[in-house]
Amino acid sequence: MEARHVISVLVENRPGVLARVAGMFSGRAFNIQSLAVAPTLDESYSRMTIVTHGDEHIIEQIIKQLRKLINVVKVQDLTSGDYVEREMILVRTKATDTKREEVLRITDIFRGKVVDVTPDTITVEVTGSQGKIEAILELLAPIGIVDLIRAGTLAIPRGKKTPKSTGTHE
Amino acid sequence: MTYVEIKGSAIFLKSLKEEGVDTIFGYPGGAVIDIFDDLVRNFAQDFTFILVRHEQAAVHAADGYARATGKPGVCIVTSGPGGTNTVTGLATAWMDSIPVVVFTGQVPTALIGNDAFQEADIVGITRPCTKHNYLVGRVEDLARTIKEAFTIAKTGRPGPVLVDLPKDVIQSKALFHYPKSVNLPTYKPNVRAYLPAVKRAADLIRTSERPVLLAGGGVITARAHEELKTLAEMTGFPVTMTLMGLGGFPGTHPLSLGMLGMHGTYRANMAISESDLIIAVGARFDDRVTGPVDEFAPRAKIIHVDIDPTSIQKNIKVDVPIVGDARDALVKLLAVLRENGEPVVDREKLREWHAKVTAWRNEQRLRFDRTAKVIKPQYVIEKLYEMTAGQAIISTEVGQNQMWTAQYYLFDHPRTLLTSGGLGTMGYGFPAAIGAQVAFPDKLVIDVAGDGSIQMNIQELATVAQYNLPVKIAILNNGYLGMVRQWQERFYDKVYAHTDMLAAPDFVKVAEAYGAVGLRAQTPEEVVPVIQKALETDGPVIMDFVVEREEGVYPMVPAGKSISDMILV
Repeated sequence: MEARHVISVLVENRPGVLARVAGMFSGRAFNIQSLAVAPTLDESYSRMTIVTHGDEHIIEQIIKQLRKLINVVKVQDLTSGDYVEREMILVRTKATDTKREEVLRITDIFRGKVVDVTPDTITVEVTGSQGKIEAILELLAPIGIVDLIRAGTLAIPRGKKTPKSTGTHE
Repeated sequence: MTYVEIKGSAIFLKSLKEEGVDTIFGYPGGAVIDIFDDLVRNFAQDFTFILVRHEQAAVHAADGYARATGKPGVCIVTSGPGGTNTVTGLATAWMDSIPVVVFTGQVPTALIGNDAFQEADIVGITRPCTKHNYLVGRVEDLARTIKEAFTIAKTGRPGPVLVDLPKDVIQSKALFHYPKSVNLPTYKPNVRAYLPAVKRAADLIRTSERPVLLAGGGVITARAHEELKTLAEMTGFPVTMTLMGLGGFPGTHPLSLGMLGMHGTYRANMAISESDLIIAVGARFDDRVTGPVDEFAPRAKIIHVDIDPTSIQKNIKVDVPIVGDARDALVKLLAVLRENGEPVVDREKLREWHAKVTAWRNEQRLRFDRTAKVIKPQYVIEKLYEMTAGQAIISTEVGQNQMWTAQYYLFDHPRTLLTSGGLGTMGYGFPAAIGAQVAFPDKLVIDVAGDGSIQMNIQELATVAQYNLPVKIAILNNGYLGMVRQWQERFYDKVYAHTDMLAAPDFVKVAEAYGAVGLRAQTPEEVVPVIQKALETDGPVIMDFVVEREEGVYPMVPAGKSISDMILV
């Protein structure tokens, strides 16, 4: 069954590693819905959060193929355990006349932050789960979205309980 | 360890020495001129260098050397086109898991990215067709990088590694220290088979009534051929081989079913299709082996031994996966099977199965028209087999020549068939034969070629002439790109779209032009004398066999059909 999976990949922080991971996905016809990557506390490693989808068979191959890359340290399918995920958007909407008030109200409800204002637009920063982001975009759409920047999903396992690692000892 | 700083080029060559490298294939150029200079001035006694005539051939030769010896093959080429010409060779080695280390020159680090003369992003280009690759940024990293490259190429599931060497790196100086070992925390191939999985496999083996052993190239890579033979003889299970597995189990053994798959034997494909248990060792269930996966061996449970976890459950659903080195897995399996004493299986239960396999063999043997007035290509392979007593190292090109060789030359020993199985690279066979001949100067090495594929690297006749390498080339000359023509005959209404090679060189004269011997056979009676003459000649020979133009390779499983659905003639 096709499902959305959030995969956390710890890699060596070296030139070309992102290209190896991205190239593996494209070369084997796997899909990347979103990708976020930055160094970890230890700057010699980076953490990638990859959102993908596929059936069990595809996800198993994705995880194994990631592990096969020489610069990959650890691969976890967060979806197999309990985890928290966040997305972030910067969204610029029209904000003339009464629209101004409405944008501010919606922003407030979603605990967003106004980061830039012009006479006829407002730019808002919102973070949250995928559902929350979809919801605010749906509300802002009729008002008129001028521009939207969406960051890749970030995800972290919940404390203590770590997700089962998959794919060892077949 | 040196106490004075030495040039990167010397560090490079000393590192190769430390790795035990004694043979290098390559082609010089501006970016690697320092390495070649050092090689000739200071390391001439340490290495045999083979100058090829095209960089693609350097990689294929290194690959042939690796397949024939089990040691990594090494080549050096220059930047830009030197590097891009290695891509086909790397992809060939990658698909067949062959340890090859390719060193490419690169423009000086300060010029990288400037579209400098003979610059190519070879690390970017070869990322998907190497096991790993490196750009060496500083001379201080050179020795360690070379150690890592060889470690990665040789261990786990082997494969090609490319190391890109900017000109300033090989010109700068550093102290030389070659590490004894490397610490690659992110690279720990799992070679030890998991014992509980082996025990589950043994349980299935004990109860199976229609078993088949399936040997792939991994048997050869892991040097597990003796263990496989022991397993087959101990259980009485018949053995089929993939193209890459030929030689992993003796082709003349009574339990051998021959090759399976698209051009496999009738008995091998029928046995696989009717089996209740397949024990696959070091095979990856390529589409040319399985046909449509949902129709493959519908009643069989599958035990799959492979060192690469990604090979398992990739194409075929497996019941007992065993990740590990084929030899380690088989050693454990043999021990587990012996725990209950011998015989390890009830031979009585297999009697019916053996009878069936024998019936399939008698029903449909490999065959061709022996009364024909023209030379049948199969007859040439059969005679090559007989007249070399099956003891030659054979390389092939790709297409009909490759399949007839796989069918009619029975390989009894591992590392005696060199063929591009995965990528299917025309032009592979001749340079691969050169690599094997360099490794084994006294052995008989024969490239079985078609008139199409030999022309893809025919320039290497100059290489064999220069080093007097006694490689023999047998061209099955039908004037067609025969395998494609065969598909056109069967599935495209005999429209031979651009497969008729309307112009071809006189191969005898080509041989002579390069200082080799050229021989031609035009009738069946001439085949044996030509082979005889070639085998007696102490030097490179082209044998041009003018064969039946429209002969096909059979059995043949049409693309998309189940492997039990064979066209027999």
